[in-house]
Amino acid sequence: MAEVAPQVRVVRGGSRPGGGSRRSHTAPRPYKPLLWALPPIALLGLVFLYPLALVVRQSFQPDTGGFSLQPYADVLASESFGRALWTTVWLAVAATAGCLVLGFLLALVIAFVPFPGARTVARFVDVYLSFPSFLITLALLFIYGGTGIVGSFRFLTTPWGVLLAEITYFTPFVMRPLLAAFSGIDTAQIEAAGSLGARAPRIVRRIILPEALPALAAGGSLVLVLCLNEFGIVLFTGAKGVTTLPMLVYGKAILESDYPGACVVAVVNVLISVGLYGLYRVVSRRAGA
Amino acid sequence: MAPAAPAAPAGIRFDGVTVAYHGTVVLDALDLTVEPGEVMALLGPSGSGKTTALRAVAGFVRPVAGRVLLGDRDVTDLPPHRRGIGMVVQQYALFPHMRVEDNVAFGLKARRTPKSEIRARVTEALELTGMAGYARRHPRELSGGQQQRVAIARALAVRPEVLLLDEPLSALDAQLRSGMLAELARLHRELPDVSILYVTHDQVEALTLADRIAVMDRARLRACGTPRELYRAPTDAFTASFVGGANLLPVTVRASGAEFAGTVIEVGTDGVAPGASATLCVRPHLVGLGDGPNRITGTLAELQWRGATHRLYVDVGGHRVMADVRELRQPPALGDEVALHFASEDAVLLPAGVAHG
Repeated sequence: MAEVAPQVRVVRGGSRPGGGSRRSHTAPRPYKPLLWALPPIALLGLVFLYPLALVVRQSFQPDTGGFSLQPYADVLASESFGRALWTTVWLAVAATAGCLVLGFLLALVIAFVPFPGARTVARFVDVYLSFPSFLITLALLFIYGGTGIVGSFRFLTTPWGVLLAEITYFTPFVMRPLLAAFSGIDTAQIEAAGSLGARAPRIVRRIILPEALPALAAGGSLVLVLCLNEFGIVLFTGAKGVTTLPMLVYGKAILESDYPGACVVAVVNVLISVGLYGLYRVVSRRAGA
Repeated sequence: MAPAAPAAPAGIRFDGVTVAYHGTVVLDALDLTVEPGEVMALLGPSGSGKTTALRAVAGFVRPVAGRVLLGDRDVTDLPPHRRGIGMVVQQYALFPHMRVEDNVAFGLKARRTPKSEIRARVTEALELTGMAGYARRHPRELSGGQQQRVAIARALAVRPEVLLLDEPLSALDAQLRSGMLAELARLHRELPDVSILYVTHDQVEALTLADRIAVMDRARLRACGTPRELYRAPTDAFTASFVGGANLLPVTVRASGAEFAGTVIEVGTDGVAPGASATLCVRPHLVGLGDGPNRITGTLAELQWRGATHRLYVDVGGHRVMADVRELRQPPALGDEVALHFASEDAVLLPAGVAHG
């Protein structure tokens, strides 16, 4: 460090021979990156961080005015919040588990069972990821809905309907990293295991699964976060008894005009998401993704 | 000490085995028998079908015609895990997340060997390959040569009757390769009942290790015999050039021998009608510089110093003849007229044909 400092002074003075003149043009360089970074940061702050801060502030301002923890006390004590939190968590966990199992099996078939069109299916998984979540729910309505093919039993409006829709929609999010992990497995390893006397289940359990664990963890934690915040699917199934945290925010803010309460739920939701995202980053970094 | 095969030693028999991918025949009606306890090298350039033949024994490719037998067991329709073979491939294919001992134990566990026995068998296999001190390591902590030893130990732990080696030394550098070659020879002496099918494109490995060599070319078996037979008396030009390197000279058969570039060379014509075209095979190291029997002359086109030897490329009547001679004190200059000679018994007359590959 001691060596660097005098050199900088020389550059600023413009007295360095040779390359000095070139550097003197860029003397204000240290400020330029900051200048460039300012507009996006300001924009980001204005359109994203400021509203978020407002949400947080609102959550501490009951309708009576002033600063208070009362909204938190009210909401956290309420039965509807407890129920919504429980519904959100168990739906997200169950959907994640379902996605992991289904995604692992489907990715196994696509990656290791040679069938015509396997590549097309693998590519379709990528396209599927770009679909909006409510589209899947809408499609499911045609099969399971009140006027759907399967008939009039109101399956989709139960929590199980939401679970089915979430698993259907989020499974490809698990398959994507899995397919990438599977393509990295040396087929010679699988053949070696086979020649050593291992049948398919043992090969899957002992050779493929250990290699796929990081991808499973990464895909699983991503799906968990997405499920916790899923709104479109729950709304579109029309399941009245299924209230998740995002639905609760919607209900409090739009239907009950209870802004502080809505903001409290939103803050809780954000905290859970950020926490899980941190976990996802740790896991996916270990997976090298 | 050395694991013995559980059943009677078994050989390998290819019975008209044909393999095709998408209509392209990659192995054409292979008939070949590996005797119990024999080391058979499948030697050939890439794309000759040698690896396909090995994979047909392992069960990873399905023949469109023919049968594969291990001993008297027809395994053509059996999946790989029921064939009871050991296999070692070029890139080792060790399981990266398992320790060395778990890699070696994998086949035993898959075959439901009693737990009490597994430990002893793992130790035995690792001792056999000199890797006993590395049982707790992970594959990534080992060198290439060590990884290949573990792969061999893993294949041997299940006590296979048949061991398939697919270019096992190709990923190693030259020095390690010759060490491992000696190691494989020792292993085979300790396990005399195990039949070994050894796929390689390296003639030195085949000559060193094999009891017999099967030379493959373009999906077909060209020749099969002991290394000495194939080297001393090859039956076709391809085998002659692929096993050991050879001068393949176009000749016309005469009553008293074979005529090459105006010189009649005394060689057994073996009943070939005079006037017919044929190929004369002479190993470069059996060609001498100077006067002698079967003298031919030409101009020196190229000279390579190889330490202990000089290699001369001499143009004789438009054909290039190679000669490996002991290092010359005063080598001739390029363009000089030189005389070459070789003994009649060192020359073999082959059917006319152009070598390739």
